[in-house]
Amino acid sequence: MARMKFLCDAERCIECNACVVACKNENSVPWGVNRRRVVVLDDGVPGEKSISVACMHCTDAPCAAVCPVDCFYTTEDGIVLHDKDLCIGCGYCFYACPFGAPQYPQKEAFGVRGKMDKCTFCAGGPPADNSDAEYKKYGRNRIAEGKLPLCAEFCSTKALLGGDGDMIADIYRKRVLKRGGRPQTWGWETAYKAS
Amino acid sequence: MSKAETPNRGRRARYRRIMFWFIAIIVFGAMALPMGSYVYTGIQQAQAQSVKDTNPRANYWRAVRDGQGGYSAVTGTSMEGEVVNTETSMLINNGGQNWRQVRNGLIANYGGWFLFLVLIAILLFFAKVGRVPVEHGLSGQKVQRWNAFERFVHWVTAISFIILAISGLSLLFGRAVLIPLMGYPGFAAYAGLAKGLHNFVGPWLFTPGVALMIILWIRHNIPNAEDIQWFTQGGGFVGKGKHPHAGRMNGGEKIWFWFICTVGVAAIVSGFFMDFPNWWSASREGMQLASVVHAITGILWIALWFGHAYLGTIGTEGSLEGMTTGRVDVNWAKQHHDRWYEEVQSTSHEQGRDATTEVRGQPA
Ligand code: SF4
Ligand code: SF4
Repeated sequence: MARMKFLCDAERCIECNACVVACKNENSVPWGVNRRRVVVLDDGVPGEKSISVACMHCTDAPCAAVCPVDCFYTTEDGIVLHDKDLCIGCGYCFYACPFGAPQYPQKEAFGVRGKMDKCTFCAGGPPADNSDAEYKKYGRNRIAEGKLPLCAEFCSTKALLGGDGDMIADIYRKRVLKRGGRPQTWGWETAYKAS
Repeated sequence: MSKAETPNRGRRARYRRIMFWFIAIIVFGAMALPMGSYVYTGIQQAQAQSVKDTNPRANYWRAVRDGQGGYSAVTGTSMEGEVVNTETSMLINNGGQNWRQVRNGLIANYGGWFLFLVLIAILLFFAKVGRVPVEHGLSGQKVQRWNAFERFVHWVTAISFIILAISGLSLLFGRAVLIPLMGYPGFAAYAGLAKGLHNFVGPWLFTPGVALMIILWIRHNIPNAEDIQWFTQGGGFVGKGKHPHAGRMNGGEKIWFWFICTVGVAAIVSGFFMDFPNWWSASREGMQLASVVHAITGILWIALWFGHAYLGTIGTEGSLEGMTTGRVDVNWAKQHHDRWYEEVQSTSHEQGRDATTEVRGQPA
């Protein structure tokens, strides 16, 4: 079975934010939540680098480890999803996640946050695939339709790759060989356990 | 002849031209090849330079790995009360892993065992010492110990403490203990309720209660020399010697009081921090720290509360009625709080009234 991964090639990302827009639109992401974001390092300085980042769908997911109601699950494809019907909005996953992926639609006193929302790798959630209920809570389930996450599909420079980890690693390896230098599989050391 | 000579001359001229070019190439090659190696190393250096310039790799990414942020055009509500988008511009937050390890490892493991062992210790203590009776029997004479307002504050705080303890422990241990019993949807519904209760009861009921108790009782809790004696005599529990002297509060109660003033207040402050992140620009690190402080102080508080509840109910005869009815038996007062009893007696004598009341239907 494929193990889904994201990889952002910092040598290619031009910070156009198309991935962010694509995600928001495709998944009707709640107001105030951005499942994906682009971070620019050394902004405006020679050698600046941009990276698009969302939930990395970690192997040993910290969010899942700390959730008091245990609402996370990892699909056969290695995608980390969660059940909004169980989530109590405690904020723990947000404390634990290294990539700042979990976010909340509300921000009120008495710790009222609403249900946590994060990137689903365009794989929806527990309700029936591409049902109305699934779309309303989690967004589109492109994986069930045999498609890849729209952010990666949308990337004009193909900096953002999303899909089977082996294939992505292969594409990236070829790029690295062509342009020389060493690979920077950004975030992989943090997110994925060597298998 | 001339016809035959012409091609010959032409051939010779060609040989000369070929020779010239050979020599030229050899000379040029002899000069250029060593130069070529310079060019080659030059190109290599340029390449290395360009790699270094456009991607100062190792150090660059190491800084990111260590939590170096950047700029992000994306703003979100990921961090409550946040004004600048420091949250979205961070790539890797290392604190999360530490927080996970402290919470899931240290707190959830040792905290659980600690509470369990405290309960066992109390059980063993009860098995060995048993209920401490009123030595000279109940006199039937009562003396006022806690007035109505004190009791009201105490019980509001006590009930909210129990709600907070149960809901708090449920959020920490429920996943391991309650999900197998209640199932996922059942526990999630309960946990949602527990979280809501915890977040409302804490600031609305519990905090004012604790604050009032501190204000009401601080003057009775100033430590003095007799407290040390109280402890050296084991609070009158250990051994059958004379019961140590004590004022309105004995040494043990003072420990409980000052514990609440320090550790308890830390629990309350950290709780406020987590409950109202929108009041201050709470950072992720601040929230992580607050949650760790809250969990540790909460567990310590519950552990000491076990002792408090034990001594106030089954551990000591005649204690509980002080907090329920407000009055205690005179013999209980003489035994546990002799200094206080003397004081009550003398002040009421000065005022020309009797502090004690006869209670009918009680054994003399
Ligand atoms: S990136 Fe964050 S939210 Fe996604 S799986 Fe890892 S810890 Fe969980
Ligand atoms: S906010 Fe929801 S998903 Fe995140 S840890 Fe809490 S209950 Fe689990």
